[in-house]
Amino acid sequence: MSRRFPILSALIALIGAAFFIVPLIATFNFSLRMKRGELSFEAYRSVFDSDVFLGVLGFSATASLMAILMGVLIVVPTAYWVRLRVPRARPVIEFLSLMPLIIPPVVLVFGYVRLYGSSSILPLTMTEAGTNVLLVIGYVVLSVPYMYRAVDNGMAAIDIATLTEAAESLGASRLRTIVFVIFPNIRSAIMSGAFLTFSISLGEFVITSLLNRPAFGPYLVQMGQDFAYQPAALAIMAFAFTWICMVLMEAFATRKPGQRLLPWRAPRSVTKAKS
Amino acid sequence: MSFLTLKNITKSFGPNTVVRDFDLNVAPGEFVSFLGPSGCGKTTVLRMIAGFETPSSGSIHVGGTDVTALPASRRKIGMVFQAYALFPNMSVRDNVAFGLKIAGMPRAEIDTRVAEMLDLISLGSLADRYPYQMSGGQQQRVALARALAPRPNLLLLDEPLSALDAQIRTSLRDDIRRIQQELGITTVFVTHDQEEALSISDRVVVMHKGRADQIGTPAQIYNRPTTRFVADFVGKLNTFEARVESPQSIFFAGQNIHDPRHTDLTPGAPITVALRPEALSLRPRPGDDLSLPGRVLHSTFLGSVIRAQIEVAGQQVSVDMFNRADATLPVAGDMAEVWFTRGDVLVLPSVM
Ligand SMILES: Nc1ncnc2c1ncn2[C@@H]1O[C@H](COP(=O)(O)OP(=O)(O)OP(=O)(O)O)[C@@H](O)[C@H]1O
Ligand SMILES: [Mg+2]
Repeated sequence: MSRRFPILSALIALIGAAFFIVPLIATFNFSLRMKRGELSFEAYRSVFDSDVFLGVLGFSATASLMAILMGVLIVVPTAYWVRLRVPRARPVIEFLSLMPLIIPPVVLVFGYVRLYGSSSILPLTMTEAGTNVLLVIGYVVLSVPYMYRAVDNGMAAIDIATLTEAAESLGASRLRTIVFVIFPNIRSAIMSGAFLTFSISLGEFVITSLLNRPAFGPYLVQMGQDFAYQPAALAIMAFAFTWICMVLMEAFATRKPGQRLLPWRAPRSVTKAKS
Repeated sequence: MSFLTLKNITKSFGPNTVVRDFDLNVAPGEFVSFLGPSGCGKTTVLRMIAGFETPSSGSIHVGGTDVTALPASRRKIGMVFQAYALFPNMSVRDNVAFGLKIAGMPRAEIDTRVAEMLDLISLGSLADRYPYQMSGGQQQRVALARALAPRPNLLLLDEPLSALDAQIRTSLRDDIRRIQQELGITTVFVTHDQEEALSISDRVVVMHKGRADQIGTPAQIYNRPTTRFVADFVGKLNTFEARVESPQSIFFAGQNIHDPRHTDLTPGAPITVALRPEALSLRPRPGDDLSLPGRVLHSTFLGSVIRAQIEVAGQQVSVDMFNRADATLPVAGDMAEVWFTRGDVLVLPSVM
């Protein structure tokens, strides 16, 4: 029995794809036309030539990495503890972790400014470093829904409780259990949470601009107002970056212990054997 | 002398009491099994010994020290789980070395000990494999080696063979017993499989609804069950309602049987009498001194055994006989005589 080629479905898929691909191609094409009458990477070159660009990118990347570190240190022990000790509270915690998606970042940052402003007990916004700390905390909050989900899914894939008991019966303390047993086994989940955090924080605008930080998000918006071709180039680069993140996430997620990240470097061909 | 002592252990989860009045003394080097149906509390008792649960009341002593309040990580107890629970991110070698690293053993000593343990389970050649590259049987061996590597005081196994197929189950069972005897380690083994419990244990604890119904050697448990539950749960039984006729005899299946073993019974009391299928035969064997008349209902050829269903005094009785070349299958409808000896008659309390 032969099935007819599903023309309708294919058509719908094509139209759907066009929504993404056509603007992307158009933007890319536009970004190449900075020099009149020829296609060139001039716009990209001019972006990279700017000291400001490298400065804000460096700042944002650092802030994002800090946010990842802080997020992991908060989320992993929490998710672990919830699964191990209060599994019945898991739906509640999961709901709480979604709050940042419900409360707009503007509200969050105004709250910060009020709480930690000049007249508060902890006037974080009065110093450069304090404001940076606040920025990182803001990023952590924004990424918690993704980080928590990723980590919690990672923990669902292994038998947390039994592995913990196995480690404990071998003399390991809670901390050592987390560091040597739990952490390595949810590494790929943490990595995907980390990549998501990174891509959210890197281009974040609202919190960053209201705290007046020299970061990538506000820079992108500023460029959009002041120039024509460079923003297109930036948009394409941001897009490429996101895709690289996705590919890396996939690579980490499908890796098995004992395998190299790059499969062509050390192929381990151990076949499963019966005892 | 007792190495592991459980005194009057009770455990409740909220309103449910799942273990009650549990007492047990395990001698050094002894192999004790907990046998019982699902939900009877075997795992709960084991987890209390391991330190993963705290008893609601009672105490646990290991080697003379009270460990009741000690956390699992400080009890020096090796544990093997039904689901293997190997660390997926570590190779076989690293799994076995884990407890030694935690204990801060020097690198060279760790290597020696790991090699020794892998030899013990004959998996030296797979030291660099990861758990996902091994069969269940191999993984469980590694789990055993991992539990034994730090030289624990006690070895606890919770249904370690349940996830394996029949052939590997018996071979690993024998390995566990051999290694246990080689190392002389005091062991508690949980299972719901009676054959498993009877075949490898020094003593068996039959558990029922959170209590230890009977504690004894496999032979005592099988041949002389003291409660109705143990008799029913361990092995197959033919039971008869019976009555104590006089201090010297009991009446069942239409006959008075003189049984001097049960002189303590009150005349007139209703009791239950039980006969194992393998204690019965359709032809008199040397020593058979009692018989009951019956009729063959049907019979089955099982290879080494011929199993016949006989109607005796209005009820169905199973008879298992060894197959021999000259044996013939009993024919349904034929009259038959069921033979046994006085010593095979089990007298059970009627009500439990
Ligand atoms: N953490 C817990 N909270 C509440 N009830 C529990 C808990 N652990 C065990 N129970 C209950 O205690 C009883 C005994 O459980 P246990 O796991 O000890 O049984 P088991 O004999 O090991 O059974 P199985 O052969 O199925 O493993 C069960 O009724 C179970 O529901
Ligand atoms: Mg159990």
